[in-house]
Amino acid sequence: MTGRRRFRLVVDPIACDGHGVCAELLPEWIRLDDWGYPILNPSAVPPELFRQAKWAVANCPKLALSLRAEGASQRLRQPATPVR
Amino acid sequence: MSAATSVPISLRMESRSRRSEPAADPRPRVSTEPGPARLLAGLPARGQWRSLARHRAQYGQLPAPGTRPNGRLMEVIERSGLTGRGGGGFPTARKLRAVAAGRGERVVVVNATEGEPLSAKDALLIAAQPHLVLDGALLAAHAVAASRIYVCVDRRHRESAAALRRSLAERAGREAVGCDVRIVDTPPRYVSGEETALVHFLNNGPAKPTLAPPRPSERGVDRCPTLVQNVETLAHLAQVASFGSDWFRQAGTAAEPGTALFTVTGESGPVVLEAGLGSLGGDVLAAAGVLGAAGAPPAGVALVGGFFGTWVPTAELARTQLSRDGLAPLGAGTGAGVLALLPAGTCGLLETARLLRWYAGESAGQCGPCAFGLPALAGTAAEIAAGRARGEDAARLWRWANEIEGRGGCRHPDGAVRLVRSAFAVFRPDLEDHLAGRPCEGSHHPVLRVPASSREWR
Repeated sequence: MTGRRRFRLVVDPIACDGHGVCAELLPEWIRLDDWGYPILNPSAVPPELFRQAKWAVANCPKLALSLRAEGASQRLRQPATPVR
Repeated sequence: MSAATSVPISLRMESRSRRSEPAADPRPRVSTEPGPARLLAGLPARGQWRSLARHRAQYGQLPAPGTRPNGRLMEVIERSGLTGRGGGGFPTARKLRAVAAGRGERVVVVNATEGEPLSAKDALLIAAQPHLVLDGALLAAHAVAASRIYVCVDRRHRESAAALRRSLAERAGREAVGCDVRIVDTPPRYVSGEETALVHFLNNGPAKPTLAPPRPSERGVDRCPTLVQNVETLAHLAQVASFGSDWFRQAGTAAEPGTALFTVTGESGPVVLEAGLGSLGGDVLAAAGVLGAAGAPPAGVALVGGFFGTWVPTAELARTQLSRDGLAPLGAGTGAGVLALLPAGTCGLLETARLLRWYAGESAGQCGPCAFGLPALAGTAAEIAAGRARGEDAARLWRWANEIEGRGGCRHPDGAVRLVRSAFAVFRPDLEDHLAGRPCEGSHHPVLRVPASSREWR
């Protein structure tokens, strides 16, 4: 499904509120620090975990988690102009 | 003044040193050694104003503003090798080109916030060379074809804002400014000087960092490609435009050309000096008059780069070149050019704990690892300083530092991590005593002046 492209899990630290859903869904790749915020394995997600990684991304209550393709510079970001 | 009375005496924010007399001139001393003096050459005497006419006589007229980016000017800046002097050290020409390549209207933001508490160079530059700074901003705007310039000044620095306003008023009616220049007062917060925080503030948000990408050069104020530059960088830019890139490269090293301003703080107040990058630390410290009797090896420890910096034994700093290449092996960098000397007998662990408390207070509170991690670091560091912590507490502090690194939305928590690591390295003997319940005598005497944190973000 992904061909040969490799993806890394990244988190927007400003959007993240430490709900911890990601760590529950993907404990093989994500653990929580002492304050409940995710520490992500920085390597490319292995194929056998990829489906679960997408599930974790979809279930983040703050949409803070995303999969970034290797070599890509864009990732989930906040708008430059805040919504009032 | 310190906030709660329940804060342990050893963590009181103000140092117990004598307060300066109200009548004393609060501005730093200036030295033109070791030089070469370029930004600091021929400064007007204190309280004197160098008029626009005299400035023009020395630097000539500015080129007429165009509607398209000026490739020739960007080339000169590129050949000069000028890099940012606000702490980031980013190649200036590369930033100019990135903004010039952007679509639509372009904006220049002058970073005159000088959030580093121990730095005095930017305020001095604005007070003594406001026309040079404005020329730099207008030239940068000319290079990228920007139509708007925002000069961001910490709202506490009223003298700087006044000097800039006076310079602008002098130009109005005498020469075409060619650009809409506005002076903006920013909240008195450390991270507000970060480039995305300034852009956020100018976009009517709080002066807190936003996630990048996109960088301001891509999309910033009103979604326009935005150039953010420190005042010293712009002053150098103006000199390069006037005197050329070959001239600029006559100072400094091949890899890091030009001069830079340094603020040296010792027992007798701050001194601002100018030195070529790569100058020996000992030469700069000697010129600042902070080394002891000639021949005596320097004692004590230095905070290289200011609050965002690294601990280095003063003797080691004296024999190190002040450049990225020279300081990198020590885990340090020039940063905002601050060299803060602490005398022998200072408790480095106490000062580290006080600095970590400041770091925690200056967090924007947007990211968990920073909002929770920095107070945790500060709390345990205070226990270590007081001699109440044991090995497992230090191990936990070390683990936290490693886990916090790189997980904030900006580089603020990384500064705290660097401080912790350099403290563990430089103060290792003291650390072992403190962890055995034998805090040193110096742990009862704070030295650094650590300002209290405001709560304003807008």
